[in-house]
Amino acid sequence: MHDLTLAELSAALYRGETTSEELTRHFLARIERLDSGLNSFVTVTAERALDQARAADAARRRGEAGPLSGIPLAHKDIFCTEGVKTSCGSKMLDSFISPYDATVVERLRAAGMVMLGKTNMDEFAMGSSSETSFYGPVRNPWDRERVPGGSSGGSACAVAARLAPAATGTDTGGSIRQPAALCGVTGIKPTYGRVSRYGMVAFASSLDQGGPITQTAEDAALMLNAMSGFDARDSTSAQRPDEDYTVGLDAALTGLRIGLPKEFFDAGLDPGVARVIEAAIKELEALGARVIEVELPNTHLSIPVYYVVAPAECSSNLARFDGVRYGYRCAAPADLHDLYCRTRGEGFGAEVKRRIMIGTYALSAGYYDAYYLKAQQIRRLIRDDYRRAFERVDVIMGPTSPSVAFKLGEKTGDPITMYLSDIYTISVNLAGLPGISIPAGFAEGLPVGLQLIGEHFGEARLLNIAHRYQQVTDWHRRTPPGID
Amino acid sequence: MSIDHAAVQKIAWLARLKLAEHDVPEYARQLSGILDLVDQMNRVDTTGIEALAHPLELVLRIREDVVTETDRREAFQAGAPEVAAGLYLVPKVIG
Repeated sequence: MHDLTLAELSAALYRGETTSEELTRHFLARIERLDSGLNSFVTVTAERALDQARAADAARRRGEAGPLSGIPLAHKDIFCTEGVKTSCGSKMLDSFISPYDATVVERLRAAGMVMLGKTNMDEFAMGSSSETSFYGPVRNPWDRERVPGGSSGGSACAVAARLAPAATGTDTGGSIRQPAALCGVTGIKPTYGRVSRYGMVAFASSLDQGGPITQTAEDAALMLNAMSGFDARDSTSAQRPDEDYTVGLDAALTGLRIGLPKEFFDAGLDPGVARVIEAAIKELEALGARVIEVELPNTHLSIPVYYVVAPAECSSNLARFDGVRYGYRCAAPADLHDLYCRTRGEGFGAEVKRRIMIGTYALSAGYYDAYYLKAQQIRRLIRDDYRRAFERVDVIMGPTSPSVAFKLGEKTGDPITMYLSDIYTISVNLAGLPGISIPAGFAEGLPVGLQLIGEHFGEARLLNIAHRYQQVTDWHRRTPPGID
Repeated sequence: MSIDHAAVQKIAWLARLKLAEHDVPEYARQLSGILDLVDQMNRVDTTGIEALAHPLELVLRIREDVVTETDRREAFQAGAPEVAAGLYLVPKVIG
């Protein structure tokens, strides 16, 4: 039952072969049995889940069931959930019970989905390995000595280990796509503005975007149908009509122009990963696509630019954690400054502090032009590279990550090595484009993700290409050993 | 760009972060390394290039000036560290 996709579960529920309560009990039992070795959940909301499941079953009996009704999911612990702890992987919010729901949470519940719990993540989504969490590292279900990627590592791990049929994630520099790649599941970062940021704890507001992590592209389309759309409560929500992402899934790929940027296949790419990506591209050529080489000459600048823009925005956003209105407060503060400084010094972990300090420095008097302004100018160059490329091609492809999952602790001592692992995903956020990672094979026995990058609001085309690929391959059906 | 001990302490103060004294050398080393990475930007001539603050170059919406939020003070203050009479409490500011 846990190997079924959302589409298959939906059909099984529709045909009366199972109930939401049965499904929910099944997944809760799997979490209970398997998650102690994976640490993918921060909070499991068993009672609430069963209540929601019974309500979904009752709604179905009244004839009020939609395609996602009664199907369980997990939310990344960055999405506010009313009455449930929303920790963002931080000691700062360990005691925070959200007084409201994020729009994404509200919409998926309105679609009838059942929340199993909240998934573990890098603290405030700052990381690429899910090791900076206050609740300890998440483990990769394919090899427990390796990281699941990050920051949505708990969500990707939970879907890969079939502890949840789907999960939400957020992606600021690769945080949906990279863990999806490293765990062998499907993850899409929609166009900036497509999914509401309301109630999503803010990290870098011009880059953050929520999206689904699922087994298949078809499932991602179903989830995105429910999650996306204009929201007046998000000031940068895109004002566009809703789309049905499932409609064009089966369209033929004849004549599809795939752009391969040579910068994505440079010396930094692991040869085993390169072989898998080349084979995947061949598979797509067999489906009627043709390959065109494109240039994204400023790709190497995306990491320097990101490590100004993201920390600058993070240092502003995280100023709200002051020990006064919610969250952690230090013991026995001597005065107001002591309250602020010790609350933040004790409440944030090392990576969050590093990024706040970089951002504070970049925005401080005398440095603004040299760092923040400069970074935003180069950000335009990076976006213009994509614009030029999309004049010649329909989709850009390459690896999601330069290597397979690395060992726990391998990169924690050196933040820069960790940052470099996001080289293929970060520019997509800087340009605000949609990107999806899909399972494309294995290197050294570990999953490899193929990344597809589309034009603004081109999610439907990405999902169509991914779906066609998944119809002729079975990489997305493989499950980690010992997961049964 | 190299960040020394005093610079780390100054940035930490601006960011209202208390760092343990024994952690400062490591932060100095790491922040210097990150700024070295960032300094690759200086190899690009950006004269005349307009800053891109936002990927979609949106114009912020305006809305009617009407009340859209209800008063949920009690719910919002339920999670505050210290509250009395509907007010957030902090250490005494004026002596």
